[in-house]
Amino acid sequence: MTLLSLSAVAKRFSNGTQALRDLSFTVAPGEFVSLLGPSGCGKSTALRLAANLLAPDSGAITFPTGKPEIGFVFQEPTLMPWADALANARLPLDLQNAPRGQATDRAASALARVGLAGFERALPRELSGGMRMRVSLARALVARPKLLLLDEPFAALDEITRAQLGDDLLRLWREDGLTILFVTHSVSESAFLSQRVLVMTPRPGTITADIALDTDLARTRDGRLSPATIEAQRAISAALNGAGALV
Amino acid sequence: MTQSDQNKVSMRRAPDILFPLVLAALLLGAWEGAIHYWQVPHYVLPAPSAIAHALCANFGSLMESLGSTLAVTLQAFAASTILGVATAIAFTQSRLIERTLYPYAVILQVTPVVAIAPLILIWVGFERINLALVIVATIVAFFPILAGATLGLKSADFNLLDLARLHGASRLQILWRIRLPTALPYLLSGMKTAGGLALIGAVVAEFVAGSGTATGLAWRIVESGNRLEIATLFAALALLAFTGVMIFAALSLLEWTLLRRWHESALGEAT
Ligand SMILES: Nc1ncnc2c1ncn2[C@@H]1O[C@H](COP(=O)(O)OP(=O)(O)OP(=O)(O)O)[C@@H](O)[C@H]1O
Ligand SMILES: [Mg+2]
Repeated sequence: MTLLSLSAVAKRFSNGTQALRDLSFTVAPGEFVSLLGPSGCGKSTALRLAANLLAPDSGAITFPTGKPEIGFVFQEPTLMPWADALANARLPLDLQNAPRGQATDRAASALARVGLAGFERALPRELSGGMRMRVSLARALVARPKLLLLDEPFAALDEITRAQLGDDLLRLWREDGLTILFVTHSVSESAFLSQRVLVMTPRPGTITADIALDTDLARTRDGRLSPATIEAQRAISAALNGAGALV
Repeated sequence: MTQSDQNKVSMRRAPDILFPLVLAALLLGAWEGAIHYWQVPHYVLPAPSAIAHALCANFGSLMESLGSTLAVTLQAFAASTILGVATAIAFTQSRLIERTLYPYAVILQVTPVVAIAPLILIWVGFERINLALVIVATIVAFFPILAGATLGLKSADFNLLDLARLHGASRLQILWRIRLPTALPYLLSGMKTAGGLALIGAVVAEFVAGSGTATGLAWRIVESGNRLEIATLFAALALLAFTGVMIFAALSLLEWTLLRRWHESALGEAT
């Protein structure tokens, strides 16, 4: 079964930058897939193509089982500074003209699920960086997406917050049966979080390695330091090296 | 903000009001003294006391003139705000409209209004002098609103706009929920400039319209000058300056009220 499929996708921007060439991969329903590659290799472009925010020059982006509801998380929290956490989390429902009371309830429970119960009335500037990212995550979850696209969501956070949010993301993934496509440039993050790591070459980006990980081994209590995770990191680094990313 | 915080803010703000007032008292005192010492004729430069006297003696009629000028100013301010925002919205909805209209907006801005005011007065007709005055003042105040609103509407976070599109937002939803709130600080800044310009435009228009038809403060200045009632002229001038300051203060208050919770510019003032 395939939820999302990119086949032979190429994208050149109007200024002549060839961001992607011959990019092909699939994501199965319920999978947690990382997209890893050096800066500027076209990861964000690939994600925006998958969300239909950009059109490819050639190739096809398809959803064989029907177009799912999509949630999107950016590298920055990207919140509305004039709106409180609740209104920010509610935005997707407001845009779909959902009944206001129901939308408010769902936004409040989405905030609670990311650990922000009690902060409904807080404005973004009153929240820490990690909490802002949580609001962004709540907003992505509020419309009950099947596919969650995350673009280096934790890159701007400190190590401790990043680990906590990673754990939370895994919990939400399991609870909701989400399908996740997770863009990152962190080898250790992808090794710990995902079931599959797609390694990209430098620009123009294409997939150079598709590494399956044994997640049951990795996600034990000391998962980030478990031998399986370390071994996965080694394999991913080698693939990156082979792709000419770590020269 | 707690009560003591608020007190601290007003304590720190106190010099902002106190120091200019002290300077004003010193200058006025020196002025008054100099007039009496050198026996300056009142038709060259009246003493502050004479100006105050003229203000009291002509209070009723001066207030009427102020009312007339203020009415033109406020109507022009409202019209320029509505037109400016509407044009800015049209600009952001269509590149074609922007490309087509923008040069004309610039021409309107760079052409000295004194030069086009006589034309407008003739076209609109002296029997509708008030409308003509409002149109002239609107032209003067229009551009900063248009510029502020256009910049603001275009400053919306690209990722936020993408997110809205991902969730199937209509143009109207994007405008209302994202672009307009983003534009608010820019628009308010433009409105602060436009408020002062609307007053200037009203006064210029009154000057061009000349005596007999207009009844605003500018006309009082011309009339007092002709009659060598320089104290009354100064009184009218002081009222104009006071009005300008009040318009600016009112708009600053509006800005602070709307933005203080979330925008950096207003936060900086509170802390
Ligand atoms: N709108 C655009 N117009 C022109 N070039 C673009 C545009 N967006 C991205 N690019 C270019 O395309 C290439 C890929 O960009 P992209 O943002 O997808 O990279 P990335 O892998 O996400 O990088 P990073 O890890 O730094 O976020 C880069 O060279 C970038 O400069
Ligand atoms: Mg990127």
